[in-house]
Amino acid sequence: MADTTMHALSGPTGPKPKKRLSRGNIIVYGTLLMFSMYYLLPLYVMIVTSLKGMPEIRLGNVFSPPLEVTYEPWVKAWSEACTGINCDGLSRGFWNSVQILVPSVILSIAIASVNGYALSHWKFKGSETFFTILIIGAFIPYQTMLYPIVIMLREGGDFLTWILNEPLEWVGLEGPGRVRIMGSLTGLVLVHTVFGMPILTLLFRNYFTSIPEELFKAARIDGAGFWRIFFQIMLPMALPIFVVAIILQVTGIWNDFLFGVIYTKPETYPMTVQLNNIVNSVQGIKEYNVNMAATLLTGLVPLIIYFASGKLFVRGIAAGAVKG
Amino acid sequence: MNIENPSVAIKSLDLNFGAVKVLQDLNLDIAEGEFLVLLGSSGCGKSTLLNCIAGLLEPTDGQIWIKGNNVTWAEPSERGIGMVFQSYALYPQMTVKGNLSFGLKNARVPKVEIEKRVARAAEILQIEPLLDRKPGALSGGQRQRVAIGRALVRDVDVFLFDEPLSNLDAKLRADLRVELKRLHNQLQNTMIYVTHDQVEAMTLADRIAIMKGGKIMQLGTPDEIYNQPQNLYVADFIGSPSMNFFEGRLDAGTFKTDGLDLPMVGYAFAQPKAADGNVTIGIRPEHIITGELVASAPVQANVTIDLVEPMGSDTLVYAQIAGKTCRIRMDGQARVKQGENLAIGFDPARASLFDTASEARL
Repeated sequence: MADTTMHALSGPTGPKPKKRLSRGNIIVYGTLLMFSMYYLLPLYVMIVTSLKGMPEIRLGNVFSPPLEVTYEPWVKAWSEACTGINCDGLSRGFWNSVQILVPSVILSIAIASVNGYALSHWKFKGSETFFTILIIGAFIPYQTMLYPIVIMLREGGDFLTWILNEPLEWVGLEGPGRVRIMGSLTGLVLVHTVFGMPILTLLFRNYFTSIPEELFKAARIDGAGFWRIFFQIMLPMALPIFVVAIILQVTGIWNDFLFGVIYTKPETYPMTVQLNNIVNSVQGIKEYNVNMAATLLTGLVPLIIYFASGKLFVRGIAAGAVKG
Repeated sequence: MNIENPSVAIKSLDLNFGAVKVLQDLNLDIAEGEFLVLLGSSGCGKSTLLNCIAGLLEPTDGQIWIKGNNVTWAEPSERGIGMVFQSYALYPQMTVKGNLSFGLKNARVPKVEIEKRVARAAEILQIEPLLDRKPGALSGGQRQRVAIGRALVRDVDVFLFDEPLSNLDAKLRADLRVELKRLHNQLQNTMIYVTHDQVEAMTLADRIAIMKGGKIMQLGTPDEIYNQPQNLYVADFIGSPSMNFFEGRLDAGTFKTDGLDLPMVGYAFAQPKAADGNVTIGIRPEHIITGELVASAPVQANVTIDLVEPMGSDTLVYAQIAGKTCRIRMDGQARVKQGENLAIGFDPARASLFDTASEARL
């Protein structure tokens, strides 16, 4: 009896071993490999090209690693490349972009989060209509709005000029002079804030709707008002959706070209516009290595954002999925 | 029933959501220290009424008075009410202590006073060891206790409960029900309690208001509701298993239907001379007499058992009476079998008679 038990136990135990090279695995990994090649190969070419000197590039071996690594193109792209009359490289555009990005992201998210909160928990008469109109805004092609916004920014600037100067002149003082919104960074910040509003409001509204209504009711009975509930109850629970909103806005605004080229002027062009001007300049020889370095520099910010926040991003997207 | 100085008074309250009338001309006076239960199936407007009293919903018309003040348009926090929700609704990022003191901080109560009140509430509800925990680390019963504590610390006149026990499992529900009753005895606050569970209603309430379609169908003590339902709806709603109904005619004080004549001897008619006409009689399964007591019952009959459902504490027997399947509740130890004959008896004084057309009690 004991012997047979021993015998039964001496055989192979545990789950059936899986073959590592099964057909399913080959298909899955093969597909993954193919697609990563598809995306990574151009990146590889860009990196190696940006590290080569011009003579080496002229040899035409696109895929070969640099024989002699040089950082010269990166330095040139950052601080020496010429666009129009300015020859201080992409650095000017970078700082312009930062100056556009920071206030745009903060302003749009601050307003949209309050919008979403009000539309989910403080419904008023016509709030659904208001929300629908806001969402329709996301579907209107930008092109139709470009020129009207030019006019609005110009007139808005003129109005500000009048309101800031005129009353002071009446009492014999000197006003701040002409105020311009069109062509200034302020104008572009406003445009980005407005255009981010539909999708961000939708995002926040859906998230706040998923927070139980009873929690909100309990807070009201506890004597908390609109802002106290927002800051003390809702915000601490809304971190994931803020991360999503920040990522969406940072990458979206950083990558924007259209608004940048229309609503600013050469001194205030964002990095993307400047990159275009460097790469597409028709004077002199094409410096491929500088172009590649400049492109990589411009893409660095969204790249870092994605790498740093990958997990949070996925979690937040799932949390803000379209509901109710 | 007229109540002098009611704690809560609801005066011809209407509430419409668009074209839907959720509450219709509702009047209700609740006495000081009373435990009132709003009972009804889902969609009857009971939670809506509670939200109106709390100030979370604006009524379309009518008034709400609490402690002699018209609070129809007052903020929830200014009404002197505390509310306990079905899902507990504790603030997840705050500790138990933070949850308890949030309302007091909003009301700018001095720190020393907050400490005192939190300590008192924690003692009453026996949650002192939990004060520094977050709600996520509490069990369902503990969470509901904290939720009650949140109303307790604010020293409110009226407690509002919105199905507070529905999220708990059966055993815990029974325990907390007893605790709630004890708490009411201790605090003597006015409490308004919404539930769809008639056991909770019967055990907790001083008075029950049964609601349907935004109206109160009957308002009375549990005893009145059980023994003298004022209409067919209440009669059918209260009691488990529910009442047996027979349609027939009232003819000179005798209920008549095919194969059954029931002289209504001893039945307390609302009007001494009830008019003859179509009526429905309701008989509770537990009021049908079986066993030795049948001999002394005013009305007696013999039936054949169709089906037996033994439930341990009682036995539910199905039999044909006057061509209708009828439920009879017997003792749990009754050893009866399908197909057997059963002698039954009945006292018409315990029946309920309703006008078939108007569904009102006769």
